[in-house]
Amino acid sequence: MSESLVIVGNGMAAARLVDELAKVALGRFAIAVIGAEPRLAYNRVLLSSVLAGETASHEIELKPANWWRDRGVTLKYGCAVDEIDVGRRELKIASEESITFSKLVLAIGSSPLRLNVPGVDLPGVHTFRDSRDVDLLLTLAAAKKRVVVVGGGLLGLEAAYGLAKAGAPVTLVHLMDRLMERQLDAPAGALLKSLVEKKGINVLLNASTSRILGQSRVEGVELADGRCIEADAVILAAGIRPNTALARDAGIPVNRGVVVDDHLQTGADGIFALGECAEHRGICYGLVEPAYEQARVLAQHLAGRKAAYPGSVVATNLKVSGVGVFSAGEFMGTDRSEAIVLGDFRRGVYKKLVIEDGRLTGAVLVGDTTDALWYLELIRKRENIVGLRKDMMFGRPPATLAVAA
Amino acid sequence: MTAVDPALKATSTTCPYCGVGCGVLATPDGSGGAAISGDPSHPANLGRLCSKGSALGETLGLEDRLLYPMIRCSSGAMEQIAWSDALDHVAHRFAHIVARDGPGAVAFYLSGQLLTEDYYVANKLMKGFIGSANVDTNSRLCMASSVAGHRRAFGADTVPGLYEDLDQADLLILVGSNAAWCHPVLYQRMIANKQRRGARMVVIDPRKTDTSEDADLFLGVKPGSDTALFSGLLVYLADNELIDRDYIARYTAGFDEALVRARAIAGSVAATALATGLSEQDVAAFFQMFAATPRVVTLYSQGVNQSAQGTDKVNAILNCHLATGRIGKIGASPFSLTGQPNAMGGREVGGLANQLAAHMNFTPPDIDRVRRFWKAPRIATHEGLKAVQMFEAIGRGEIKALWVMGTNPAVSLPDADAARDALKKLELLVISENVLSNDTVGAGAHVLLPALAWGEKSGTVTNSERRISRQRAFLAAPGEARPDWWIIGEVAKRLGFGAAFDYKSAAAIFREHAALSSFENNGSRDFDIGALSSVSDEGFDGMSPILWPFRFGDIEPSERFFSGGDFFTNDRKGRFVAPERPVLRTETHEGRPLRLNTGRIRDQWHTMTRTGMSPRLGAHLPEPFIEVHPDDAARYGLADGSFARVTTDHGQCTLRVVVSPRQQRGMLFAPIHWSEANSSSARVGSLVAPFTDPFSGQPEAKATPASIAPYEYVFCGFVLSRKPLKLPDHAWWARATVNGGLGYLIADNADLKGWSSWLRSVAGEELAEYSDFGGGVYRAASFAGDAIETCLFLGPARDAGDWGIVKELFAAGPLADDQRRMLLSGKPAQGLASTGPVVCACFGVGRTTICDAIAAGSRSAAEIGLKLKAGTNCGSCIPELKRLIAQSGTDHDHGKLVAAS
Repeated sequence: MSESLVIVGNGMAAARLVDELAKVALGRFAIAVIGAEPRLAYNRVLLSSVLAGETASHEIELKPANWWRDRGVTLKYGCAVDEIDVGRRELKIASEESITFSKLVLAIGSSPLRLNVPGVDLPGVHTFRDSRDVDLLLTLAAAKKRVVVVGGGLLGLEAAYGLAKAGAPVTLVHLMDRLMERQLDAPAGALLKSLVEKKGINVLLNASTSRILGQSRVEGVELADGRCIEADAVILAAGIRPNTALARDAGIPVNRGVVVDDHLQTGADGIFALGECAEHRGICYGLVEPAYEQARVLAQHLAGRKAAYPGSVVATNLKVSGVGVFSAGEFMGTDRSEAIVLGDFRRGVYKKLVIEDGRLTGAVLVGDTTDALWYLELIRKRENIVGLRKDMMFGRPPATLAVAA
Repeated sequence: MTAVDPALKATSTTCPYCGVGCGVLATPDGSGGAAISGDPSHPANLGRLCSKGSALGETLGLEDRLLYPMIRCSSGAMEQIAWSDALDHVAHRFAHIVARDGPGAVAFYLSGQLLTEDYYVANKLMKGFIGSANVDTNSRLCMASSVAGHRRAFGADTVPGLYEDLDQADLLILVGSNAAWCHPVLYQRMIANKQRRGARMVVIDPRKTDTSEDADLFLGVKPGSDTALFSGLLVYLADNELIDRDYIARYTAGFDEALVRARAIAGSVAATALATGLSEQDVAAFFQMFAATPRVVTLYSQGVNQSAQGTDKVNAILNCHLATGRIGKIGASPFSLTGQPNAMGGREVGGLANQLAAHMNFTPPDIDRVRRFWKAPRIATHEGLKAVQMFEAIGRGEIKALWVMGTNPAVSLPDADAARDALKKLELLVISENVLSNDTVGAGAHVLLPALAWGEKSGTVTNSERRISRQRAFLAAPGEARPDWWIIGEVAKRLGFGAAFDYKSAAAIFREHAALSSFENNGSRDFDIGALSSVSDEGFDGMSPILWPFRFGDIEPSERFFSGGDFFTNDRKGRFVAPERPVLRTETHEGRPLRLNTGRIRDQWHTMTRTGMSPRLGAHLPEPFIEVHPDDAARYGLADGSFARVTTDHGQCTLRVVVSPRQQRGMLFAPIHWSEANSSSARVGSLVAPFTDPFSGQPEAKATPASIAPYEYVFCGFVLSRKPLKLPDHAWWARATVNGGLGYLIADNADLKGWSSWLRSVAGEELAEYSDFGGGVYRAASFAGDAIETCLFLGPARDAGDWGIVKELFAAGPLADDQRRMLLSGKPAQGLASTGPVVCACFGVGRTTICDAIAAGSRSAAEIGLKLKAGTNCGSCIPELKRLIAQSGTDHDHGKLVAAS
């Protein structure tokens, strides 16, 4: 009989881990996946496309049901895990039975931060995290409700874009002086703002939300500087917090996230964590790419192979409001770095490459992300780029393409 | 060459560039432009045109034209003024200065660009009526030594040969002539003779040029030693009894004295070799070729003329032709190649300070004759000041009023800084011009008078073989521009000389000019076109190209001179002239160890006010450069493609270095075309010594002692702009016209970020920008719609890249998105390959394209021509094509003349 492996969470990290395990250790584990959301694992990144009407909800499923079946996975979705009993190696599932495990993987993601301001609990205050949120937002948009989105990060922008595209008048308020400040430098943020504004989204920067107005439901948002924005709904998208309660309650060491080592193992033997809920070397990644890298390492490790996760070079590579945005590495630069910058704002393009000691150490791209993967590869490989420097802004030289091919 | 729609009516006219005087068919397009082709019926070119002539259609724009009279007002600015007020002012000021300081205080400085009729009226006004002979012309810088040499030997300024001699000669000797670049159509005739009849070619020049590429014998003489070479030849001919004793005895005088002097200068092959720096074998080979070839034409140009011994050089050459009787015979003659379209016409009217009129001089009988003909009691009675001396007199304040017509002396005169400073001292500087601004205008013009340009003006010009052709108008006069003759005539009327200047047309002036040429002539003077003195207006309009002399009563013009003697000296004998021992006027020394030679490049003309408007012509050599022998380059630390500062006792220029084994050791070469108007530091005239020939007054423009030192620029690049820009003062720059606007090649040492601010100040804030300041790169562009408006590329000087692709995108107009995406890379977007710097200007074929064809198997210029058309029009790029073929398969690339091109 195979060793039992239970994955808690049915998101992108879980799906990837199953996929990786099937490649390196097919049949070694009897795998069960237990997820709270009532549907097959889907690509959360594409929720904004669904919101924007660019993709149908069913099209974002990562794998069809038979894919899971073919890999012998017991899927239980729509089931929340209430408790982990580390000593008995057992999970308690809401109002149901218990499940025992030999190995446990936590892939339980994160939750939207809720602002600590008056009125945050009023009806009409929503978040944007899962497909149920999307359905709700679509309803708002269809009714042409005035929406304020709080938070100018990726999530907020996607919510704002989707709502605007679906027909709602949208104002996006952001605490910082530029959008996506953790991924973009000032010119990139400014360009993104102008591109977002072209989509009909009203953007307010340096806008601190001090309260949500309304008696019985949301009527508006008041900013710290006294400005008020009338609204029928407020979407909170001001950040995420790793889901750690389950682990913490089980006595598994938790910091901001569930603390894991280079094998993705938590403080409890045979219990692992990955994805947005995990904290590795002090970092909680909020992106899918590190989760995938972690899944690969964890699968190798579970298969008994030598593998270690050294951390990820964080890269953002996606479309924000229909605009390609990429950022990776030390894109803000340091005292010792130099920057190569290409800006054609009229064309909607800004690119910055950061170079230090003859190596590419960071990059920001807005509007033209054709070469993003090449830059990421250069950043990760830490290769000397002196010979490439002259032309690298304009694309991968044919010679390196040939090598890649 | 532009395609001509046969349905449109073509006007036959002549090219306004060199002295070949090619016939041009111009077909106006109805919107200010014209299609240009060679006139197959014109005997000078039989349908061929060179790169410059082919591009005439690109030079007709009115962007920089002076379109109405302007006067300097009290604020110092130039303001528009009515013609009548402008003319009143000029006449009043001239009258005032003449009344106060005498006629010697005023002067005219004319141009070989003027039509004969304009020239005639200007000469008549100054010499005949104002009473001063201070009329000189830019031909002084070009042809004066030939004129003086001809007059000393022939008693008149006669060119004995004809172009057909170039077809018939068995030996063609080119002395100080880069005809391949400067007279391309004639050169191709010579090459055709070489190919068809096997004529041999000798090129004598301190510098290897494209002309020398085809030579059977190249003689790289020491500068200024031509007289020694031809003295040696005369001695050789005499000692070997190869002279025509009969011709000498019957038709000439002075042979013995000349031979004695020649013997003293170069009495043997060995002495000649020593004096010229040539090998004895080469000298002997040349002497034997000359001796053994009765049909020999010796062609000479600026290398002979622009010299303080220029007149002696001319006579040393003429001596050899007189001694062998090889003059005025089919395929055998000396032949002066004139530089300008109407240098000959200017000489015919007497538009030089040491001529009076119609090949008459300041002798009492001639003065009396012209006085009577013109009814001009105040006629000048002695020679005036020649160009260099004229500007020195201006500088000393002796000449107070100057009227410049159709030339740019602030650029072209030797010691040009001094000339420019002199202009600033004038009480009155009147300029008749086509262009709104040039260096001479910028030197402080008080009155600007808009003259008709080529294509608008109508009259005659005379080419190097004495052929008078009609230059005809095919465009309407723009703005308030007027014919030069009208402008001068109106001033003459206001000076009270109305009766003598009441001309209604160019035809009327031509008839008077023709009548003067035959007035009391009776064969005593060479220049006689009396048969044309009663030509009707219609006859003038339809006049075919015609050779002079064409004496009254002749049915056909008589075509040749001197084969049977009959010179224009008192005794009708030709004169051998004993030249002085040739010595350059200056010496090199430790501080000035080199000699600076100057000259033309293939695709530009003079100060570029016209050719500079053509994108095609600007593409061949867009940058001012200094050519240096590799040994000198090594010695002075100069790298090909870097910059150098060239210094003489007179001025300083900073130029791009071209290291070339075609240059002689110890010699530098710089082109003359750049000015303050189109470059920051390449006004080569400012370097040239003002020392002149004692007979001709022509300056020694090709041997100024100079020093050279590397000048480092950190950044190089270019700007493309739709409109003229004022570049930052710290930058080195040179401007060229490109398709769609202007291109500025730049070099600089200032902070790149400063360029970003500068660009914002001229192009606005909305830029597409690429910056790698750490890598020394800044590129940016502004747009109007989807088309580039302004574009700046700067990068490390050693690796500045190519502007070809960006130029194409600039010319293309609206850019597709992928083109805009790649624009600041300077690399081709997909499917857009760079053709490299243009080699064939006629068909716009680039070096990369040609090298590709060579790599693909084309092994001759003809094969390249079949494939790419390159070299099949004017042929002036054929030597370069051959060099590229020869270089293929080697890494050596001395054809790479301009690094950033």
